[in-house]
Amino acid sequence: MATVAELFQTMEYGPAPEADAPARAWLAAHGGAFGHFIGGAWTKAGKTFATHDPSTGALLSRVTQGTAKDIAAAVAAARRAQPRWARLTPHARSRHLYALARMVQKHARLFAVLETLDNGKPIRETRDVDVPLVARHFYHHAGWAQLVDTEFAGYGPVGVVGQIIPWNFPLLMLSWKVAPALAAGNTVVLKPAEFTPLTALLFAEFAHQAGLPAGVLNVVTGDGETGAALVKHPDVDKIAFTGSTEVGKIIRRATAGSGKKLSLELGGKSPFVVFEDADLDGVVEGVVDAIWFNQGQVCCAGSRLLVQEGVADRLHAKLRARMEKLRLGSPLDKAVDMGAVVAPVQLERIRALVEQGRAEGASIWQPSRPVPSTGSYYPPTLCTDVFPSSTIAQVEIFGPVLVSMTFRTPDEAVALANNTPYGLAASVWTENINLALDIAPKIKAGVVWVNASNLFDAASGFGGYRESGFGREGGREGMWEYLSRRKTGEGRRESRPASPSVTRVPSSVTPPQDGAVDRTAKLYIAGKQSRPDSGYSRVIVSPKGVFLGEVGEGNRKDIRNAVEAAHTAAKEWASSTGHLRAQILYYIGENLDARRDEFAARLAAMSGTKVADGRREVNAAVRRLFTYAAWADKWDGAVHSVPIRGVALAMHEPIGVVGVGAPDGAPLLGFLSFVAPLIATGNTVVAVPSERAPLAVTDLYQVFETSDLPGGVVNIVTGERDALAQVLAEHEDVDALWYCGSVAGVKAVELASAANMKRTCCTSREPDWYDDAVAEGRAFLREAVQVKNIWIPYGE
Amino acid sequence: MTEHARNPGEPLDLERVRAIRVNRSAAERRAATIGTRRTVKKQWQAAWLLRAVTLIDLTTLSGDDTPGTVRRLCAKARHPLRPDLAEALGVVALHPTVAAVCVYHAMVPTAVAALEGSGIPVAAVSTGFPAGLSPFPQRVEEIRASVRAGAREIDVVITRGHVLTGQWERLYEEVRAFRDACGDAHLKVILATGELATLTNVARASWVAMQAGADFIKTSTGKESVNATLPVSLAMVRQIREYRERTGFQIGYKPAGGIRTAKQALEFLMLMNEELGRDWLEPGLFRFGASSLLTDLERQLEMYVTGRYAAAHHHPMP
Repeated sequence: MATVAELFQTMEYGPAPEADAPARAWLAAHGGAFGHFIGGAWTKAGKTFATHDPSTGALLSRVTQGTAKDIAAAVAAARRAQPRWARLTPHARSRHLYALARMVQKHARLFAVLETLDNGKPIRETRDVDVPLVARHFYHHAGWAQLVDTEFAGYGPVGVVGQIIPWNFPLLMLSWKVAPALAAGNTVVLKPAEFTPLTALLFAEFAHQAGLPAGVLNVVTGDGETGAALVKHPDVDKIAFTGSTEVGKIIRRATAGSGKKLSLELGGKSPFVVFEDADLDGVVEGVVDAIWFNQGQVCCAGSRLLVQEGVADRLHAKLRARMEKLRLGSPLDKAVDMGAVVAPVQLERIRALVEQGRAEGASIWQPSRPVPSTGSYYPPTLCTDVFPSSTIAQVEIFGPVLVSMTFRTPDEAVALANNTPYGLAASVWTENINLALDIAPKIKAGVVWVNASNLFDAASGFGGYRESGFGREGGREGMWEYLSRRKTGEGRRESRPASPSVTRVPSSVTPPQDGAVDRTAKLYIAGKQSRPDSGYSRVIVSPKGVFLGEVGEGNRKDIRNAVEAAHTAAKEWASSTGHLRAQILYYIGENLDARRDEFAARLAAMSGTKVADGRREVNAAVRRLFTYAAWADKWDGAVHSVPIRGVALAMHEPIGVVGVGAPDGAPLLGFLSFVAPLIATGNTVVAVPSERAPLAVTDLYQVFETSDLPGGVVNIVTGERDALAQVLAEHEDVDALWYCGSVAGVKAVELASAANMKRTCCTSREPDWYDDAVAEGRAFLREAVQVKNIWIPYGE
Repeated sequence: MTEHARNPGEPLDLERVRAIRVNRSAAERRAATIGTRRTVKKQWQAAWLLRAVTLIDLTTLSGDDTPGTVRRLCAKARHPLRPDLAEALGVVALHPTVAAVCVYHAMVPTAVAALEGSGIPVAAVSTGFPAGLSPFPQRVEEIRASVRAGAREIDVVITRGHVLTGQWERLYEEVRAFRDACGDAHLKVILATGELATLTNVARASWVAMQAGADFIKTSTGKESVNATLPVSLAMVRQIREYRERTGFQIGYKPAGGIRTAKQALEFLMLMNEELGRDWLEPGLFRFGASSLLTDLERQLEMYVTGRYAAAHHHPMP
C-alpha cells in the first residue's frame, strides 16, 4: 500500500471505484434471470441468454430470448391499453411523463451504475450525460403531453408502436423512443439490444411502480429474431428503430407496403471539419468529445477529421499529446476517460478494420499507456495518411478510431464532408462566423455543431440525411413521428389500380384524320421537350375509347436523364429565395388560368365528364399553386430553446431530387398537389404523371416554359407509371419518392427505396384532392423538407 | 526556487499574438469536465491535499495589515499542519510548509524577519497594486525597493488598458522593465483577468507577458470582481504549453482569488496535471494565491485521518 508520503511524490490518481452493490442487489433480487415485462407484470423467464460486463467478461444476468409469441402477447397488451391511454386528458398523460422523469432522477445512480455494468461505458458518462439527458427527455415530453391536443390539433396517436433500440446508449435511446410515443398517446413494445437489456427492464419495472398503467410500456428482450417478429407483427402501427444502416434497410423492406409508419436513425461517418483559424486547443477537446466519448460507439461520432492542410501537423501533434492523457480502465472508476467496448465481437471488428487500414497504407498511432489485458478494451487511435479511397475513411468503425484527412479550401472541405453515403452529423470549427454559417448548410447532415460536438437536447431534433435514416427524435419535429391525422372517415378512397396499359401499336384506335398538325407530346427534361429514348409513343384514349392524343413512352434511360437534369438544377433552385420561388409558382398559376378553357376541355375529354368538371379541376389547380406560392417564403424553420449559451437553428432544407408517381384521380390537380409543395420548398422533381390521363400534364410544358420555371426543376417522363416509379425508387441518386397509386405499387416503391434509404411518402388511399384540409398545406410541406439542426454556441 | 532554467524572454512576436483565438464555449465545456473526469480518493486524496498545502502563497493584502497579523501568518506558513495531523499522515519528515508568504511592500521586512531560516520566500505585490496606474518610474522603483527589502518574488500588475486597446508593444515594454527591475527576484505577472473582458485577451496578454520575461503568470489581484476561474486558467496554461513547445522554457502559473475550498484546489491541480503535466505540481511552477484555502485543506486532511468531518476552529488560524 502506497503511503501518503510516497504518493505526495508520484501524484498518481489512484483507484476511485463507484460502488455497484445496489445494482447487483437488484439483479440478484430477480434471481439471475429475467422474463419480459408485459402488461404491467414480469413473465416467467423462458429460454434465456447471458448478458455480460464487457470490462471483465463476467456474467451479469440471464435474460429471456423473446419469441414471436412473446411479441404477440406484448403487442396485444399494448393494444388493450392504448385506447384508455389515448383517452386520458393531456394533463393526465403529462403527469405520468412527469412521474417518469422524477422516477429517473430518484434512481439516477442505480440507472447509471447498471448501465455502466451492462454496456462498459465510463460511469462519468452514464452519471453526467446519459441519465441526466434521460430525465430531461421525459420532462420535455411531459410538456408535449400537456400541449399535444392544442399544438397538434387534428392529429392523434398512431396506435401501437414497436421500438427497437441499440446498445450504445441503451437507456438514453429508450427515452428518445418512449417519451414522445407516450406523450402522443401511443403504447409501446420496446425491444432493447441483446448486449444491453438491463436498464430497459429496470425502467419498465420502476415505471410501473411509478403508476404507469399496465400495457402502456412493454419490454421484450431478445436478439434480431425478436426484433424481426416485432417488425412483422401486423398489429403494430409504427416501427422506430435506431441501429445500423444494414438492419435499417432490412426493416424498410420488411415493412414495405404494410402501411406502418417508420422512423430510422442509422449509422454515420460524420465529418469533423477544422479550418485553420480555429482554436486548436478547443478543437482537441471537441475531438475527445466526438470520437473518444463512449469509446467511439456513437452513431454521430465525429470520426472523419477534415483539417485544413496548413494546420494539420500542429493539430495532429496536439491530438497525440492529448491522447497520451486519456485514461482507459474500469468503467466504474470515476477517473477514467474510456471504458470497455460493448462486446468481444465489436472489439474484433474494430481491430480488423484498423488492421485493414494499416494494410492499405494508413499510419496508425496509439498512445503508449498499456491497455487492460482482460476485458474488451481498445485504445484511442489516430489514423493519418488516410484518403477518401481508404476503407477506414468510408466504413463506420464504431470504435475509438479517428481518421484524418486534409483539405485546402472551404469548397473542398464540403466536398470531402459529403463524400459519404451517410449524413447524420457534422462539426465545423472556425472562429469566422461567415465561414461557419456558410459551411453548415452545405454539409448534408441532420445535425451540425459549430465549434462543438455531440451536443444533445430533448428540445432539438436529431436524425439523419441520406443513408443515416429519416425521421427526427426530439423537439416538435420529433413529435410528428408519433402522430397521425385523426381519421375523419371522409375525404379518402382507395386509389384505383393503375389503368391497363395502353397498347403502343393501337389497332382499334385511330387518330382522327382531320388534317390538324400532329401534337404528340414528348418528354420534358431539363426544360426541353425531348423525344423518348425508346422511340415509341403511347396512345391516350377517353374512357369510351376515343383517341385523345399520344405521349412519349418513357423508359429507364429517360428517367436517368431526368434525374441528372434535376441534379443540375438542384443547386441553384435550392439556394434561390423563397420570394423567387413564390413568384414562379404564382406565374404558373396565372398562365394556367389564362388557358383554363383548353385545360378544362382536355380534362373533361380524358375523364369522359363535363367541361364544367374540368373547369373545376383547373380552378382548384390554380388555387393549389397559389397556396404553395404563398407558403414558399413562409415555411420557416425554428430556433430551439436548448440549454446552452447559444442557439440551435432548426432549418428547413429541401430533400434534394424527389421522384413523383402522380395520382390518377385528378390528373392535373393531383399532379400539382405533389409537385407544387416540392418545388416551393426548393426540391427539384422527376415526375411521372397519371398513366391513364397524362395529357393535361404534358400540356403544362408550355405553361412552365412561359412562367420562368428554370429548366430541370420539374422534369416529366410519361409512360407506364409504376414501372417508371420503380426505376426512380431504385435510383441511388434520388433522395425521396412521393407516390400515389395501387397497393402493390406502394409496396414495390417502398421495397426498392431501401437501396439508398430514400424517404418515401406513399399512399394507396387517394385523398379528395379538392378538399384543402387534406390535400394541401403543412402535412405536405413537412414531407417536402428535412430539418437540419445547427447548434451555434456563442460568447466571446 | 526552480530547478528549470529561468525564462529570459524573447522578442515580441506580434503576428503570433494577434493570431491567438480562444473559443469561450469550448473552453468552458472543457473546464466543466476537469473535475468530473478526474477524482482522487483515500490516501491519494490525502497526498493531493497535502500537495495543495505546499503550493500556497499564503497571502494577506489588506489595508489593515499590521506586523502582528503578518507575523501570525508567517508562523502558520512554517507549520501549516497541526503536528498531530502531520504525524498521523506520516509526512513529518517532509517538513511541509507553504510555498511563500505574499504581502504588501510595507510588510516585507516583517515577513522576511519572521520567516528567517525557514527557506520560505517572501513575495511582494508591487507596481501600484492592485490597479497599477501610478507613475511608471514609481512602479519600477517599488519593485527595486521590495527586492532591497528582501522579497524574492515580485507579483506585479499590468496596465489593463494596454490589453483592452491592443497596445501589445507597450505591454511588452512595461513587463520587460518590471523584469529588469526584479534582478534575481522572480517575476509573477498579474493579468487581472477579470478586467480583460475576453479569454482571447487573456491568452494574448499571457503570451506577451511570457515573451517579456515573466517567470509566472497569475490571474488576479483578488480585488477584481471575478477572480481565478477554470476557463481563464485553461486559456493561460495552454499559452504556457505553447511557450514551452516553442521556446523550451517552462513558465509557472498562479491562480489567485476565490479559491477557498479543497475541492476547488484539487480541480486546479488536475487541470495543471492534465494540460501541462506533473512538473506543474511543484512550487517552482505552480502556486495558489490564497488565504482561507489552507484551513479547508487542513479540515479535509483531518477528515482523512479521523474519518469524521472537521471543524475550522480546531485548526490554528493563519
